[in-house]
Amino acid sequence: MDFNDSPEESAFRTEVRDWLTANAPEKVDTKKLSEPELLKLAKAWQAKKAEARFTCMTWPEALGGRGATPIQNVIYNQEESKFDVPRGFFDIGLGMCVPTVMAFANDETKQRFVAPAVRGEEIWCQLFSEPSAGSDVAGLRTRAVQDGDDWVINGQKVWTSGAHYCDFGILLVRTNPDVPKHKGLTMFWIDMKAPGVEVRPIHQMSGGSNFNEVYFTDLRVKDSQRLGAVGDGWKVALVTLMNERLAVGGSTGPNYPEIMELARSTVTETGSALANDAFREKLADWYVQAEGLKLTRFRTMTALSRGQTPGPESSIGKIISANQLQDLSNAAVELEDQFGIITDTAIAPLEAAFQQSLMWAPGLRIAGGTDEILKNIIAERVLGLPGDVRVDKDVAFKDMPTGR
Amino acid sequence: MNFDYSDDQKFLKNEARKFLDAHCTAAHVRKVLDNAEVSHDIALWQGVGEQGWLGAAIPEEFGGLGLGRVELCAIAEELGRACAPIPFASTVYFLAEAIMLAGSDAQKAKWLPKIAAGEVIGAYATSEGPGTVNPQTLQASVSGGKLSGTKIPVTDGDIADLAVVLANENGKPGLFLVELSGAGVTRETLKTLDPTRSVAKITFSGAAAERLGDAGEGFALTEAVFDRAAVLIAFEQLGGADRCLEMAKDYAMDRYAFGRTIAGYQAIKHKLADIYVKNELARSNAYYGAWALNVGAAELPIAASAARVASSDAFWFASKENVQTHGGMGFTWAVDCHLYYRRSRQLALVAGAPKTWKERLVRQLERRNAA
Repeated sequence: MDFNDSPEESAFRTEVRDWLTANAPEKVDTKKLSEPELLKLAKAWQAKKAEARFTCMTWPEALGGRGATPIQNVIYNQEESKFDVPRGFFDIGLGMCVPTVMAFANDETKQRFVAPAVRGEEIWCQLFSEPSAGSDVAGLRTRAVQDGDDWVINGQKVWTSGAHYCDFGILLVRTNPDVPKHKGLTMFWIDMKAPGVEVRPIHQMSGGSNFNEVYFTDLRVKDSQRLGAVGDGWKVALVTLMNERLAVGGSTGPNYPEIMELARSTVTETGSALANDAFREKLADWYVQAEGLKLTRFRTMTALSRGQTPGPESSIGKIISANQLQDLSNAAVELEDQFGIITDTAIAPLEAAFQQSLMWAPGLRIAGGTDEILKNIIAERVLGLPGDVRVDKDVAFKDMPTGR
Repeated sequence: MNFDYSDDQKFLKNEARKFLDAHCTAAHVRKVLDNAEVSHDIALWQGVGEQGWLGAAIPEEFGGLGLGRVELCAIAEELGRACAPIPFASTVYFLAEAIMLAGSDAQKAKWLPKIAAGEVIGAYATSEGPGTVNPQTLQASVSGGKLSGTKIPVTDGDIADLAVVLANENGKPGLFLVELSGAGVTRETLKTLDPTRSVAKITFSGAAAERLGDAGEGFALTEAVFDRAAVLIAFEQLGGADRCLEMAKDYAMDRYAFGRTIAGYQAIKHKLADIYVKNELARSNAYYGAWALNVGAAELPIAASAARVASSDAFWFASKENVQTHGGMGFTWAVDCHLYYRRSRQLALVAGAPKTWKERLVRQLERRNAA
């Protein structure tokens, strides 16, 4: 057991590091930039990466990749994370949407879209979730009706990351309500700037707006924009979801070192808050969770390094990290006592990072699979327990009870 | 990145499982559980000796196999899974590790070959009463090579041949090797939460004692030995926790209520998923401990603490929710759930309770930050 690279991995890491050192843009204070300014920087960086083939690395060379192994991809991401480069704008498009296009579109469409996406010139979003189809995404209601060679689309999507700056999207719609829900879906690619597409930001409980609602009013798309057969949309969507990137990044937000520092500098009537037994026990638990997750990622990397398929252990990541962030943030806020109510970044400790993560954590527990859905997935796919009783499998979609 | 068992280590682990599947079934464990006069499974003890496990990590020059600590961790994981009713931890994780850590050349040459050959059962005696023993409370003392005092509880103290005892000498805490068959040793078997393991009260009245390691280092050495033992025990806990998850799953799949298997109910599925999450978190922390122990890393105290905290939590949770998943059957003596519920307590207490280790972990973090 060790944490060392193989000689090949080590050589590749050096190559990556050298390239990043020579090419990574100069440090900028990203907090001071507007999103359009940040996006401009991100596009420039993506173009540079594409030229050197340090993006979409596992794709074949013909599609802009370099036929890299998964562990090389992890090594690049590890090294890039040490640099202050703009990131996050292309992950969904290149990680999920474009691979779906690559799997199901005709050659002409692939020719048109893959290369500009790789270079960061065009960004893609994923339009699956709806107000009444979250965890149960196959229950979606956005309707597409065929009209000659066109399809006419009406309905609404929600929680669409980046829809306001995206150029294209993959859209899952209902084409047949007379069959059970999974069988009546079809996938299309759409132009986000086309008439009939309206993007509205969602105002989150955290105060920010990181996601959008997308409304479709008589949006017309060509039948040639269809990905996969009519009625095969669910199968296509599963390919998209399977392409979700291996989560190897660290969790975001303050963690045990930050709250430990806060406690050390907080004076109570019996001395530093770090001397409090109850606090110390919780601190130990947070350490064990945070380090345990980091080490779990090392186990996943080990499988990749050995050329094996990683085990299911990475499925524990978000359940632990999201709940820990909520728990730890609240403990920090309570540690600050009356002062903890303050969210002014100029006044609150650590520029109000704990207050911000307290308000962000509920979203983290829901996005990308709720705690409950993730536990179902572990129970069913990892442990092999049976699925729940299903009342919706053999019923035509139009006859399903819908509630709100 | 190489943060998992190697193929050879997996092979060893698999062989250990096969051996224990044959020689350490629940029926074997129950023979010790149900008979107050049976202290441990003697045939199994001889068997693991023949497998070479007692000397797995002991250097070849002292009659061991000279394997690494990761190999010993793999064996420990299987012993925990099987709930093995033998004095393996006392002898291998505590006594042998203490001698390898602090013993003189003569002490190593005298005792390690005997441990590897299965001729010596060990014990490690620190506790004298409720709460964590510390320099202010330590009563046992050595004078002129003679030990006096009472140690309670001492795991395997009633069957051990050789004990490491924490005691003061000239006002300085030290460790001492004491042969328990000699004069001045009175032993009394105690009733405990886990009757599949043997526990004693030992009264020393002028027993011959030979110092192990330097004078004044008793507590520091004990911490170092406990770090090593904590990692190895973490693997036993992990093995036990995995077994509990399997038992709960198997039972839930076969148990029908309200017209269907209870494994299909989310209340049960989420419970088992929670066990899985804790077990995997414990596994990652335990592996880190194994790495630190194997290479003698400076991070060992922090890695051992994290491994112990995570594995203690995982085994406790898995063992109690395994009982719960079995419903009324789980509360019966006849069903095996309580074997693991009991063992989870024994393993969580034997090297000091998790609360103590959490404190130790935070102290290490403070030390690291100060450095």
